[in-house]
Amino acid sequence: MTFRQDHLLGIESLAPDEIAVILDLADSYAALNRGPEKHAAALAGLTQINMFFETSTRTQASFEIAGLRLGADVMSMSMHASSIKKGETLIDTALTLNAMHPDLLVVRHPQSGAVDLLAQKVTCAVLNAGDGRHEHPTQALLDALTIRRAKGRLHRLTVAICGDISHSRVARSNIWLLGKMESRIRLVGPPTLIPTGAADWGVEVFHDMAQGLEGADVVMMLRLQNERMDGGFIPSTREYYHRYGLDAEKLARAKPDAIVMHPGPMNRGVEIDGTIADDINRSVIQEQVEMGVAVRMAAMDLLARNLRARRAA
Amino acid sequence: MDLIFHNARLIDPDRGERSGDLCVTRGRIATAPAAGATLVDCAGKCLAPGIVDLGVKVSEPGERHKESFRSAGRAAARGGVTTIVTRPDTDPAIDTPEVLEFVSRRGQADAAVNVLPMAALTKGRQGREMTEIGLLMDAGAVAFTDCDRVVADTRVLSRALTYAAGLGALVIGHVQEPGLSRGAAATSGRFASLCGLPAAPSMAERMGLDRDISLIEMTGARYHADQITSARALPALERAKANGLDITAGVGIHHLTLNEFDIAGYKTFFKLKPPLRSEDDRIAAVEAVASGLIDVICSMHTPQDEESKRLPFEEAASGAVGLETLLPAALRLVHAGHMDLAALWRALARNPARRLGLNAGHLGTGAPADLVLFDPDAPFVLDRFALASKSKNTPFDGARMQGRVLGTWVGGRRIHPQG
Repeated sequence: MTFRQDHLLGIESLAPDEIAVILDLADSYAALNRGPEKHAAALAGLTQINMFFETSTRTQASFEIAGLRLGADVMSMSMHASSIKKGETLIDTALTLNAMHPDLLVVRHPQSGAVDLLAQKVTCAVLNAGDGRHEHPTQALLDALTIRRAKGRLHRLTVAICGDISHSRVARSNIWLLGKMESRIRLVGPPTLIPTGAADWGVEVFHDMAQGLEGADVVMMLRLQNERMDGGFIPSTREYYHRYGLDAEKLARAKPDAIVMHPGPMNRGVEIDGTIADDINRSVIQEQVEMGVAVRMAAMDLLARNLRARRAA
Repeated sequence: MDLIFHNARLIDPDRGERSGDLCVTRGRIATAPAAGATLVDCAGKCLAPGIVDLGVKVSEPGERHKESFRSAGRAAARGGVTTIVTRPDTDPAIDTPEVLEFVSRRGQADAAVNVLPMAALTKGRQGREMTEIGLLMDAGAVAFTDCDRVVADTRVLSRALTYAAGLGALVIGHVQEPGLSRGAAATSGRFASLCGLPAAPSMAERMGLDRDISLIEMTGARYHADQITSARALPALERAKANGLDITAGVGIHHLTLNEFDIAGYKTFFKLKPPLRSEDDRIAAVEAVASGLIDVICSMHTPQDEESKRLPFEEAASGAVGLETLLPAALRLVHAGHMDLAALWRALARNPARRLGLNAGHLGTGAPADLVLFDPDAPFVLDRFALASKSKNTPFDGARMQGRVLGTWVGGRRIHPQG
């Protein structure tokens, strides 16, 4: 089992054994993160630049902490505030930064495929921190790690992904990952928020949430992406909550030991009832955040190993 | 210009194929050789009417760095295209007789091929007021179109069609329901959804066609749909023709040879308008060309510079160059067994010429000697930097193709290769 990638652009291009390698290493970093001495030297001497063309608090913080704990020099740039405003193209920005010899480039961009484009133009390792509605690979990996730690496995689980699938890169990355690990995937949401052709992805589609949750091992809620919508997908947030918000009644249809997940930030009372989100017996939302740091440490560590090997060759 | 094309495989869109000679006297096809005519040995290769390409963007005025009449003329000559019918989606739009005359003059001065300009249907292609259709016709406009901007206001289009019908002007529409296709970069479906790209269903094309057919029936206008690319739109087109409406339809070569999966990896050279369709749609469009339901194949030549393509897919400009690759790409349809060369040349030359009222696109006596000599089998690998166009945005870079142009003549004068 080896990790063979130069970049982490999406789950689509990963083999199941590569996913397992990342998760195994992340498990050890999760242990490190819980200890009193949180430092490791895997990225010592390397420079990590976080380029966020779209606002982010948790993902950016998670990547920063991951890099700092592994000893990298970390710099974060909010790109929406800088040169983009002056008309510089994405590729020029990438080439400018590339000339400063970073080793790891963490990129979030509002357009699908933008991170792939950037990765073609730079010489360092690129991590996709979310591109448009395409992929968000570290989110899917941290979700997988959380599920594996709670359920002991990733195969033959029934996972219901609920809500705004259309606008969600988290959903797409999770569908790729859970499919590769041989879990059963259900998509639950109103027809306007289920992407065209989703039924051909090897998933089951449900428009009735109670049916969709029936017997599920994992209930994965998604945020209603108001900022990515151009209006008119749902009549109102209260109707949405009534039909697709996760409350105790709907959750009762899932398995008694089913876990509840959410990538955050949550809209309480829109897609999830606050008391469920806070129920420590069901909700693993805080653990997801914790595993996020571990998974990002593992991904950057593995990419840095390949980068060093490539440079030595 | 008196010529005898000897030992040619003649591709006559009207009468099929035959082997033999073709005589040209004073730049026109003749029945007998003129005294002292120059012999051109065709060595058994194909001689066909030059392609009449309906809907070419030459980026003059406004964006001459993308394509000029000189470079477009060179690309056309090398691609066996002898008549380019230019689009008005320039900057500024070609919407007044003055701008149209500028374009005609530039075309005549710099391009060796025939240049026939089209004009905008509405001022500034804004979809609000019709252009001076009568004056523009007097200045030489052969058709009226707002290109890829749909005239969204049905009343404006209805009036423009009524007015155009009175003058016998040909109107070319882009069939697309504007609300449904707003912001789309791909065709809805499993693949676009996985890529996370904003998409419009191919049904938007049929809705646009349905609306325009209703207006043609109401106004009696002469109408051509620029690109029919989806299976769902074809029955509506067939009914409209059966009902005797004055309607024809075209399709771009890229929609006949590529499909939605080609955009994989967010390759912006494959971003077109309308976006590439499913394989089922592609096959349906190819069959419609073979049956004659779709009348015209065009290149939809749209030069874009590197800067406008080196962007994330959604932001990148649409369109591809096609003048020089139209012939070898179209030959794929012959090599794949979908149609014979005569049928292909009806779509490439005869039908567009007829629709524009030109005596061209055929090998009958008296037709201008606009001709292309080509080897349909010669294989090559396309290198985009070898294209004559100033812009190199072809989706066929690195593609294996078959079909080389050996010579191109306009009015009996050889324009390629330049000797």
